[in-house]
Amino acid sequence: MGETKGKQKLITGIAKFRELGLLGFIGVLVVFFQILNPKFLSLDNLNNLITNTAILVILSIGMMLVLITRGIDLSVGSTLALSGMISALFVSQHPNAHPLAALFLGILIGVICGVVLGFFVSRVGILPIIASLGLMNILRGTTFWVSGGEWVSAHQMPASFKGIATGEIFGVNTLVVIAIIIFLVFYYFVGFTVTGRQIYAVGSNPDSADISGINQKNILLLVYSIMGGLSGLAGVLWVSKFASAQGDTASGYELTVIAACILGGVSIAGGSGKIVGVLLGAVLLGIIDNALPLIKVSPFWQMAIEGIIILTGVLFNTFTKRAVERNNLMRRAI
Amino acid sequence: MSEYILELRNITKIFPGVRALDRVQFQLKPGEIHALMGENGAGKSTFIKVITGVHTPDEGEIFLNGNKVEITNTREAQRLGIAAIYQHVTNYPDLSVTENIYMGHEKIQKGTRRLLWKEMHHDARQLLKSLGSDIDPREPMGSLSVAQQQIVEIAKALSTNAKIIIMDEPTAALTKRESEELYKITEQLKADGVTVIFISHRFEDIYRLADRVTVFRDSKYIGTWNMKDISHNELIIAMVGREIKQLFPKKTVEIKEEILRVEKLGQIGRFADVSFSLHKGEILGITGLVGAGRSELCQALFGIERYDTGKIYFKGKEVVIKSPQNAMKLGIGYLPEDRQDQSLILSWEISKNITLSFLKKLSRKGWLDEKKEREISKELSEKVSVKANSIFSLASSLSGGNQQKVSIAKLLAGDLEVLIFDEPTKGVDIGAKEAIYEIMNNLASQGYGIIMISSEMPEVLGLSNRIIVMCEGRITKVFSRDEATQEKILEAAMKKSLAASVIEK
Amino acid sequence: MEPRFEPRTISSYKEFSWKRVFLKWEWLLVGILLIIFFINSMLSPYFLNYFNITDATRSFLDKAFIVFPMVMIMLMREIDISVGSTVALSSVIMATVYSMGLPMELAIIVCLLVGALCGYINGYLIVKFKELSAVIVTLSTMILYRGIAYMMLEDQSIGGFPSWFTYFGWGSIATLPFILIVFILLSFIFTLLLHKTVFGRNIYAIGSNPNAARFSGVNVDKIKRIVYTLAGLMAAVTAIFLTSRMGSTRPNIANMYELDVIAMVALGGISTAGGKGNMYGAIIAVFVIGYLQYGLGLINIPAQILLIIIGLLLIMSVSITNLKSSRKLTIFKKKNKEQVL
Repeated sequence: MGETKGKQKLITGIAKFRELGLLGFIGVLVVFFQILNPKFLSLDNLNNLITNTAILVILSIGMMLVLITRGIDLSVGSTLALSGMISALFVSQHPNAHPLAALFLGILIGVICGVVLGFFVSRVGILPIIASLGLMNILRGTTFWVSGGEWVSAHQMPASFKGIATGEIFGVNTLVVIAIIIFLVFYYFVGFTVTGRQIYAVGSNPDSADISGINQKNILLLVYSIMGGLSGLAGVLWVSKFASAQGDTASGYELTVIAACILGGVSIAGGSGKIVGVLLGAVLLGIIDNALPLIKVSPFWQMAIEGIIILTGVLFNTFTKRAVERNNLMRRAI
Repeated sequence: MSEYILELRNITKIFPGVRALDRVQFQLKPGEIHALMGENGAGKSTFIKVITGVHTPDEGEIFLNGNKVEITNTREAQRLGIAAIYQHVTNYPDLSVTENIYMGHEKIQKGTRRLLWKEMHHDARQLLKSLGSDIDPREPMGSLSVAQQQIVEIAKALSTNAKIIIMDEPTAALTKRESEELYKITEQLKADGVTVIFISHRFEDIYRLADRVTVFRDSKYIGTWNMKDISHNELIIAMVGREIKQLFPKKTVEIKEEILRVEKLGQIGRFADVSFSLHKGEILGITGLVGAGRSELCQALFGIERYDTGKIYFKGKEVVIKSPQNAMKLGIGYLPEDRQDQSLILSWEISKNITLSFLKKLSRKGWLDEKKEREISKELSEKVSVKANSIFSLASSLSGGNQQKVSIAKLLAGDLEVLIFDEPTKGVDIGAKEAIYEIMNNLASQGYGIIMISSEMPEVLGLSNRIIVMCEGRITKVFSRDEATQEKILEAAMKKSLAASVIEK
Repeated sequence: MEPRFEPRTISSYKEFSWKRVFLKWEWLLVGILLIIFFINSMLSPYFLNYFNITDATRSFLDKAFIVFPMVMIMLMREIDISVGSTVALSSVIMATVYSMGLPMELAIIVCLLVGALCGYINGYLIVKFKELSAVIVTLSTMILYRGIAYMMLEDQSIGGFPSWFTYFGWGSIATLPFILIVFILLSFIFTLLLHKTVFGRNIYAIGSNPNAARFSGVNVDKIKRIVYTLAGLMAAVTAIFLTSRMGSTRPNIANMYELDVIAMVALGGISTAGGKGNMYGAIIAVFVIGYLQYGLGLINIPAQILLIIIGLLLIMSVSITNLKSSRKLTIFKKKNKEQVL
């Protein structure tokens, strides 16, 4: 058994190594950027960095669940925009409404979008890429439509609404608190509930899932609904933070979310992904996005960098998998 | 209280066109290790599927501890305490060992429904320990070796309180040392009161473990014996002893020069050290039990997956075959084992299927020549006697036998010189079988060199000029047509472990 | 020895059936096209005018060139969502090398080469790394290609092309727009390619049963590489016409072109399950969506609202074609962790 234990150790070693590696890399980057531009660790910038990252974390957790089931959701940015726009319109017309109502409204819109997507994927059987591509545009168009082509700008929003993003709870920024809560809730969900584990099972071996008595269609519906709900939540937080709701809010942001997940170790082939990894991946990406302009790298490079991250991330995964399979074959003494 | 923990009477299971089980009997005594033996296609797998609820029998009854039961699905079987362990992956590679063991019956806290990992890991570790394994249950399933995964499957069965555990070819993918560990585990299970049924082709397993053995042949129950009451030869005869009806006398065909030669061919993990030669006009049969590596060998010859070592000579010249295009250009053709998945496009008409492999040759500089396609489809369909209304009938509308004929016609549309048939009459009715035999004989007499992979003894003995027997990736024996008998072939097909087992009786 | 069986004869005569000719998706599309024409003419009295009808094609035919290879890609159960980014990148590079002094003729060649290269990279990666689905590869290149375009041009635009360059987008031959002529020409070529050549038949084989195609000696890898390269090449053709029509280029052009193209293909009756559908349907679908967009423009519906309609069309078409072929494509068709996104 000795040699096989060695192999086991190697594979799990890489897995553990990844989180530590990310953490280490984050540390290195922080030092690196700070040296290049001392303003990096300034209070102002850190606040910006943390609030942006908080939103990315929330979205990445939802995307992780979708990716684990071997799916994908390109409609995240549009769902975010639509919920943000509707809640912004709502508070601009009902300035005395409690901000929680706006949050609730945003989440509701998001969930509805997610349920629709989940329905088409699980019941009608449309490929997630196509269903989410179509929905993405439907929602984006709807966002423009309800906004009448106009922005909802800062002075139309009551202070209570804008305060969601600037406010604090126990001294910590509200967005961060929300992100932490979401993280903890889902950490528990994917780690300690039967349903959470079933999501992994469905992605790891769909054929066996049926035999194990797991209702795959419902699981799929669930993950897309969760993604939608989180997108809705993120939408409200986004427009509150930037104090503006536009038709093209968060356009293309889904790609950043996917990059964060890949960076965090979520396998594109489904079945595996750690929430801690996703957290670190989002933080890492958030730092990179924030720091690039500070070190005079054009923000226009951001997109290309994300593309490279995703590509190298999935290629790396592929190479390790091939090595493992080759090992298994070689063991067979013929 | 019945003396048997499990009893099946007159079980019959019919699939379209084939009788998989024919009034089969089976009696399992509590606490015994019972071996189930038989050739490929004898009905063992279907039988196991009936016991585990995957299939429901068309006729017959099942009794558990003397009580009649209906096992309608796999959950039901699990509830009744029946568990099966297969070779192929039915687990979740990304999830931990513990999760795989407890999937479907996780331990949760009352009230909050929280998963109790500590308990589950602990219990899993205990289970594994009781099986003599020190696997850490927190590791992902996919990182384990096949042997270890099997042990986990056994642990899983135990965790559902299985009283009957069925093992399908448990030692097939194991090394000698791992097999020994498995033997110990199985004996431990017996000591703990679990009853075991295991299917195996290795005499080593049988002699080491089994108390009693049951033999199936051609979907029928042949008999059950105490291991100490049956001799090695008697066992073999039970498995293959049938009359070989002469289908029709084999044409004597002039065997000409060598056309293909293979030297020490190997593919990591699948087959090794394979050498043989094939002559024009010859039908070379390759037989063996499942897992022997026959299809892998022939697919390597056809370029589907590359071989790792060895050389291939075609017409005396050394060649390298890296893709099906290479192989076909040389003149080697392959009839796949699974015609619906690998050979035919069911939604297409017969004509399009027949011409698919050689479109270029039938085209005019890349442009489809539909007239020529029609002509050649008609000609070849008639040559192999496809029973259909027109060449525009869809392949999906044909019977198994006719679909196979179309697959064969596909190979004839071009200039090939070597044809490899992989289980040419699998799932084909008797009438079409005879037609296919005749086709093969005709092809041989036309000068083709033919390799035929088959698991059906009558076919192998009736058609081949020479017979190669493979076992676990290696050639164990080569027979000429005259010296081969069913018993000798089966012996050679199980040969690899024979040296280590007790034979004399 | 005598053959024991009576030689059978089999018919090679294909009966003509009216049902087979007319009960087709393509006729439904033609019907829809006519309805759109009717509605458009209601919306604007000037619509049913030869000049207007043909001129309208300028606005939507530029992206239609990509439809041809996309039909082939989707027939093979693959996808390519990087085409819009390829358009942007080839256009930006074309403009950049022109502004650096290269003659426009050569810049156009460069554009085509860039597009083909982008497509080839997609094909290469998809074929070489079969564990990676086409979705993730083209998703990555989608981001990468447009990212490079942004790196090069940031938020600037380049214009100032020679005046003859406008001919692509605005020129005419004998009263018909140049772009329409080119489109018709390419329609012929691609339709023949798909329906009358060995190459096209192989594509259908791969889409209907990839295993059987492989075992039959079809060079699946090579065909996939070629088709993806064609997609990139056609994206470059789109880039030329688009840039010509707009007179300038920036990195964010051709945004969401992949949606329009995939919608046209799906509406054309190509099922995502593979192996079913033809080029005619897709060509008609191009005009259906094109004139629909044009008609909505007549009543001043903003482009963004159009997104809703195209999105709905896409989802509806795919739902219908999926249910039609009743080979319900669930996510988990392939084994061994291959992803069908």
